[in-house]
Amino acid sequence: MRHDLVLRVIAKLLIPFILLFALYVQFHGDFGPGGGFQAGVIVAAAIIFYALIYGVEAARRAMPDSLVEIMLAGGVLIYAGVGLVGLGLGGNYLDYFVLDTDPVQGQHRGIFWVEIGVAVTVSGVMLKIFYMFASRGRDPE
Amino acid sequence: MAMAVVVVARSRNLFTVVVLMGIYSFLMATVLVALDAVDVAMTEASVGAGVSTVLLLGALHLCKSEETKPLRKPWLPLAVSASAVGMLVFGTLDLPAFSDPTAPIHTHVVPRYLNEAMRETGVPNVVTAVLASYRGYDTLGETTVVFTAGVGVIALLRRRRNTKQEKAK
Repeated sequence: MRHDLVLRVIAKLLIPFILLFALYVQFHGDFGPGGGFQAGVIVAAAIIFYALIYGVEAARRAMPDSLVEIMLAGGVLIYAGVGLVGLGLGGNYLDYFVLDTDPVQGQHRGIFWVEIGVAVTVSGVMLKIFYMFASRGRDPE
Repeated sequence: MAMAVVVVARSRNLFTVVVLMGIYSFLMATVLVALDAVDVAMTEASVGAGVSTVLLLGALHLCKSEETKPLRKPWLPLAVSASAVGMLVFGTLDLPAFSDPTAPIHTHVVPRYLNEAMRETGVPNVVTAVLASYRGYDTLGETTVVFTAGVGVIALLRRRRNTKQEKAK
């Protein structure tokens, strides 16, 4: 693990692009294939990749456990919050038409935030499960 | 794909099995691309072939990589699964033929989604429109399921670690 120079350099080169691709999948999901779930998994995969090459501790420093746990619940709360905002603006729960003066724009806005919620929760869960398995493996040693 | 499945079933080396499952997922993703389900293919490739392979390898790290021989011949499970497969295949006989335009699924809400989604939501990708807008409740439920899975794993594995620390004390 320690001296894999090629792996380390390649990982350093690749990870920014993986993250960029995740953002592309996230925000281009309205127009092409993709969306929150896929983007969340790609973000998690990038960080898992980092953890595999540089060790789980390094990944934990970049992406602390507490942040991952906040992401876990935060995504669901963002999603449910979109519904509550719609409720507050006089629509039904998860009704996006009321989020903007123009109903189509409101739909856009609603879908955008909902997808972000999905992405945050999915990447949080994937990372948390990975951290859990990885740290269990290390504990007995 | 069939070959991958047979080898997975026959192999006693779990490492081989995990790698082959990854290969199987990738093949499945290509099949989904061929069926024009790009969103699903992307999910299959990233979750099935990517993250779950890593998670299975992580789990493999915790146990022996050779499967032990089963104590008995698995005739009863084989019979149960064979009969389940038989029933499911029998069930598909009554389904409408693949891509039959008069099938109920294509005449109920799908035309409205395909024709109106662009006007109503302004989102060209109908999959996203259906997922996040028309079926917003379902997706909220799915997100909650994912969240619950994460919480379940935390609950299971963290307690184990704490008892270990208590034992160490």
